[in-house]
Amino acid sequence: MSAAIVARRFALNVLLVDEQPAPGGQIWRNIEAVAGTPRAEILGKAYVEGLSTLRQFRASGAAYEPGTQVWQIESGPRVFMSGNNAASSVEAGAVLLATGAQERPLPFRGWTLPGVMTVGAAQITLKTAGQIPQDPVWIAGSGPLPLLYATQLLNAGGQIAGFLDTTPQGNFLSAMPKLAAAAFWAPSDLLKGASWLAKLRRRVRYVANVTEIEAIGDQTVEMLRYVTANGAAATVDARLLLVHEGLVPTIHPTLALGCRHRWAEEQESFSPELDAWGQTSEPNVFVAGDGAGIGGATAACLRGEIAALRIVANAGLLGSEEADRMAKPIRARLKKALAARPFLDTLYRPRRSIFVPSDETIACRCEEVHVAQIRAEAKKGSRPGPNQIKAFTRAGMGPCQGRQCNYTIAHVLAQEEGRDAPDVGLYRVRPPFKPVTVNELASLNSKDTSQ
Amino acid sequence: MFIDGMPVIAEADETVATVLLRQAELWARTTPVSETRRAPYCMMGVCFDCLAIVDGIVVQACLAPVRDGMTIERQLGRRSVAS
Repeated sequence: MSAAIVARRFALNVLLVDEQPAPGGQIWRNIEAVAGTPRAEILGKAYVEGLSTLRQFRASGAAYEPGTQVWQIESGPRVFMSGNNAASSVEAGAVLLATGAQERPLPFRGWTLPGVMTVGAAQITLKTAGQIPQDPVWIAGSGPLPLLYATQLLNAGGQIAGFLDTTPQGNFLSAMPKLAAAAFWAPSDLLKGASWLAKLRRRVRYVANVTEIEAIGDQTVEMLRYVTANGAAATVDARLLLVHEGLVPTIHPTLALGCRHRWAEEQESFSPELDAWGQTSEPNVFVAGDGAGIGGATAACLRGEIAALRIVANAGLLGSEEADRMAKPIRARLKKALAARPFLDTLYRPRRSIFVPSDETIACRCEEVHVAQIRAEAKKGSRPGPNQIKAFTRAGMGPCQGRQCNYTIAHVLAQEEGRDAPDVGLYRVRPPFKPVTVNELASLNSKDTSQ
Repeated sequence: MFIDGMPVIAEADETVATVLLRQAELWARTTPVSETRRAPYCMMGVCFDCLAIVDGIVVQACLAPVRDGMTIERQLGRRSVAS
């Protein structure tokens, strides 16, 4: 949205294609409907702040296609998309991918049971439908989001049966050297986080240093077993379990496009290689937002503005030097917005067991391939990569196209083969990025809209 | 709207998945491999566990805005090619 707003100031033709039914991404999801209602109070100030960006976007004159999924981008760039059971394509001068992030895959025994959801999923449910869990809910995870959601849930009158903090013991100590920079540049964010945690610990059963979780049940989750760092184990009743181990950039479209990616060790994830304007290794394809690297909402908007300036300059609507000049203060604000990242990334670095889970854990949810099968293939000695594993076991062949298992496969192979996960790499991703029906393909009718 | 023939109330702007989560049976489908129940997991379109048949077409329930009179059927097991 921020990129569209900037681009429109220079009268560039802008089309925003959105898979969701309304603008806002995940952070400001459904904000137009929620603003001004009691739900906005529950969700908090950072959510409500998105409204001004949203209004500017609506007023900008950018074309907006909701409920539409992009499934292929060819060089040109030409973008293929589907909405309302019809496919279409658009030729563009440039494409900006602002596809955000997803929650890090966090396999554990029982994670596929109905009633196990991510914390983000519960928050989306609150934002879209004003719905909270009926029964006291268990939350297990690490990161700012579980703390934020727990706070929102309590504000909404929900109940938390227990909060299992899986942040590894010792992370805080490792993060201490980075605390000063974070505290200097983003003191209010840190104080906010600290107050959420303090409130949680006062009001809710809080267990620290949880090293292992398991969801148990027949057709749905019925019990939760957890183990703490000192070896103590407990099993509790649970009807709903919310889990979260941080975010990873959405790299699906950039992988499919063949963009180069880099491994961000501090965030334990791949992100696309980008120049100073957010351009990928593919000409005229840009990335902004959490898809460029996890940075939060403020950084996302600023990255969008910077990319837009370059795109506008490339289109001949703004001088290159002028673009540089305008970008300078935005870059300064971006640096400030990212200042707390090193501290947060270190503090919330996940425990190893979610990368290399136990044998009985399902690695590929779609095809129900267990970690044991992956290890068995790796032990055969031919040092398979992810694409061989896909061929041998079907892991990665399901509808999610590896979004929930790519990192798991990479880490398990890395462990078995004595390599690093970034060396092993990820599955080759091929378009369509999202399912397309034959009917939709048949209805393809290319609009020659020059951007 | 209807879930497997049973009428349910939905509110404007919500998705099929949020409606499913309110039902006693919150699962959307059974898997093709082992016919095990799956319910919505990510609610944002990246896990595909909420696949259900909405007005005759298989879609991600978490991305399908509700409509009056919509019919939703849980997807059971593997798809088969109609003879």
